[in-house]
Amino acid sequence: MKAIIKFFLLTILIAGISACRNSSEAEEEDISASTEQASEERQGQAFVKDDVSEPTVLDIAIQSEDHSTLVAAVQTAELENALVNAGPLMVFAPTDEAFEALPEGTVDDLLKPENKNKLSLILKHHVTPGKYDKEFLKKFKKLGQASDLSVPVEVKGEDVYVGGAKIIASVPAGNGIVHVVDKVIIPEN
Amino acid sequence: MSATFISCNNSENSKNGDRGALASSAAEKTYVAPGEHDEFYAFISGGFSGQLSVYGLPSGRLLKVIPVFSQDAEKAWGYNEETKPMLNTSHGFIPWDDAHHPDISQTAGKLDGRWVFINGNNTPRIAKIDLTTFETTEIIEVPNSAGNHSSSFVTENTEYVVAGTRFSVPVPQRDMPINEYKGNFKGALTFISVEPEEGHMDIKFQLMMPGFDYDLAHPGRGKSHGWFFFSTYNTEEANTLMEVNSSQNDKDFIAAVNWKKIEEYVNNGGGKKVPANYAHNIYDEETHTATSTMKKEVLTVDPLEVPGAVFLLPTPKSPHGCDVDPTGEYIIGNGKLSADLTVHSYSKMIDAIENEKFDGDAYGIPILKFEDVLAGTVKQAGLGPLHTEFDGKGNGYTSFFISSEVVKWNVETQEVIDRKPSYYSVGHVMIPGGNSAEPFGKYVVSMNKITKDRYLPTGPEVTHSAQLYDISGEKMELLLDFPTIGEPHYAAGIPADIIKPNSKKIYKLDENKHEHATLSNGDARVERDGNEVHVYMTMIRSHFTPDNIEGIKVGDKVYFHVTNHEQDYDVPHGISMIGANTSELLIMPGQTETFVWEPKQPGVWPFYCTDFCSALHQEMQGYVRVSPADSNIELSWSLGED
Repeated sequence: MKAIIKFFLLTILIAGISACRNSSEAEEEDISASTEQASEERQGQAFVKDDVSEPTVLDIAIQSEDHSTLVAAVQTAELENALVNAGPLMVFAPTDEAFEALPEGTVDDLLKPENKNKLSLILKHHVTPGKYDKEFLKKFKKLGQASDLSVPVEVKGEDVYVGGAKIIASVPAGNGIVHVVDKVIIPEN
Repeated sequence: MSATFISCNNSENSKNGDRGALASSAAEKTYVAPGEHDEFYAFISGGFSGQLSVYGLPSGRLLKVIPVFSQDAEKAWGYNEETKPMLNTSHGFIPWDDAHHPDISQTAGKLDGRWVFINGNNTPRIAKIDLTTFETTEIIEVPNSAGNHSSSFVTENTEYVVAGTRFSVPVPQRDMPINEYKGNFKGALTFISVEPEEGHMDIKFQLMMPGFDYDLAHPGRGKSHGWFFFSTYNTEEANTLMEVNSSQNDKDFIAAVNWKKIEEYVNNGGGKKVPANYAHNIYDEETHTATSTMKKEVLTVDPLEVPGAVFLLPTPKSPHGCDVDPTGEYIIGNGKLSADLTVHSYSKMIDAIENEKFDGDAYGIPILKFEDVLAGTVKQAGLGPLHTEFDGKGNGYTSFFISSEVVKWNVETQEVIDRKPSYYSVGHVMIPGGNSAEPFGKYVVSMNKITKDRYLPTGPEVTHSAQLYDISGEKMELLLDFPTIGEPHYAAGIPADIIKPNSKKIYKLDENKHEHATLSNGDARVERDGNEVHVYMTMIRSHFTPDNIEGIKVGDKVYFHVTNHEQDYDVPHGISMIGANTSELLIMPGQTETFVWEPKQPGVWPFYCTDFCSALHQEMQGYVRVSPADSNIELSWSLGED
């Protein structure tokens, strides 16, 4: 199988993107009352300068050229800080192709500010507290997701499906593991 | 791309410009001028340091580290002969523990500031710290318990301090296969009575619950006084790969225990006395000496023998914090693998019990129907809720570990009002009095597990930290980061005015009842008993009496019993002897302490005062002449003789 994840961005470029993301975030918030918000653009675990530790699940998503939709969605939902936490976190990361397979207009719709909660719920539905490799996941019948809903785990031959999405690659992270999946896992209701 | 990068930097610069004014407002709010006092005491546990640190708020200044479960060479805690018995257990002398949840004593549901209780997790113990001396004065071991985590929380009038076991274990302990856990291991919830005058602790009873893990606990108050609530996880009763196997059930339980009912049962002769072995250690302020007593029996109670005393409230996702609001009506389950907070209603619980709205049972203990006890849910409040404290104005403040934030929400409506990030990975939060009927809702302190870049780096291990937020307004405001000792696991805060006037200044010399005290210089002496030598020594600015000792021999065991004759506030003296295999002593005015020295080489060996006590501190010293073992030099001692 082709390597899905390619590390092609220079660290400084990532830092630049991160700073941009954060300052645009800060603008949306009311900064009148809070010192910590005013200084937020240089703070947050996502912005700790660290080129020695293993990359976080967020770093891995950002550095992947196949996950630009997922990264945009995480930024829109403002979930970056949750993904750089100590975890452990298991992220099922749908590829850009998986997002494209959704009915036309779905992604654009979800990225609208008024749908932030819905988007956030869908994204949390792709996150499990825990860190298990593909082989180990075969022991599970279901996983409890950060959405507060659970997803079934199915084994078909050598393949593992989580919430109907097939794991097509796995990348261990410092604070968890990213399983690349071929489908977006939509909560049932 | 590089253009984007530069333009971002520009916007950052313009914000940096704004920061000055805002930062100075935060600085004013936390600035306590030189010589002025903080408004609150914060007692922040040191986690794996085993100690309890005292900070001032809002400055975050460290005032004292109170040694509790770990030896502390600075204060001779666990090194001097007087305090060694405090660290005695059924496993022998244990120089360390994991100190977790300090809780301040209460009267009528309000902080009374008499004592702080704190639990040792690893070798189950509960300690009591006296808030007149800020010293640990009592430690009781908890039998039939392991990982004493669901502790050490007090009831509304400090009738009891509770200690719930995290690990269920065989009771009594015995050699058996681990995989026979299910149905065989027990979880003891221990109610330790606190005698109202001196605060002496005694195990009243142990409630032997099913073999779940008991995580945290809080008392009912007001209308729910008489009940205690314990969060549970691993209701699956798994014994391996817990991170998977203990998260299979969608809901675990909060166990509601009507301790008044059990107390009545026990007072009427109920319960079963079983053999046990646990240490009860008391430090006596007059003898300045601790004694350790091994207790051999404990009273256990089977919950099925006391109908109507124990119920289980289904609560989603391995709840960690189990918090009761100031009115006593709401019991909050912080399901740590959840995004939601569960708010149970005490009134609905009572109604469900009265109308027997049960949903089965666990080992005979009735499970109440979730819907019948639920007041509401704070939906999608954050990721990984951990602990909730209250401001007394109808709001809860919950820490979220995974999303690393503190969230303010309305307890009645369950609506989220505000959220602020924490840096980083907040564990517990503390509002002074936030676990009482009368919180002082001015600040919330978050205690963070990770700091990374928040301070100057100090190699791979960097300080843990606490963060102070102003919660006096609608929105929270982060004011201050301050570094902490060990892991700032949990805290209790109290207005300084409640305890400051009671803080002791000196120990009265004429009340010193230490077995080896030397109350007048004329009594200073050296006595030999075989190869044991006892030095009865006094200290005052700026000499020891005696300061020259001869006639000590290699192979002797020399006890230095040193009494500080100062009667002035803040004039301790220290003493240490070259080659002593122990710490210094740090002796408060009017106090006696003892260290042991076993000289191994002939020679003339000095000792000196280790606390910079006075202008002539450097003159405060002495010599001991050590002769070979077969020497016949007589014992002699002197001060100022040639």
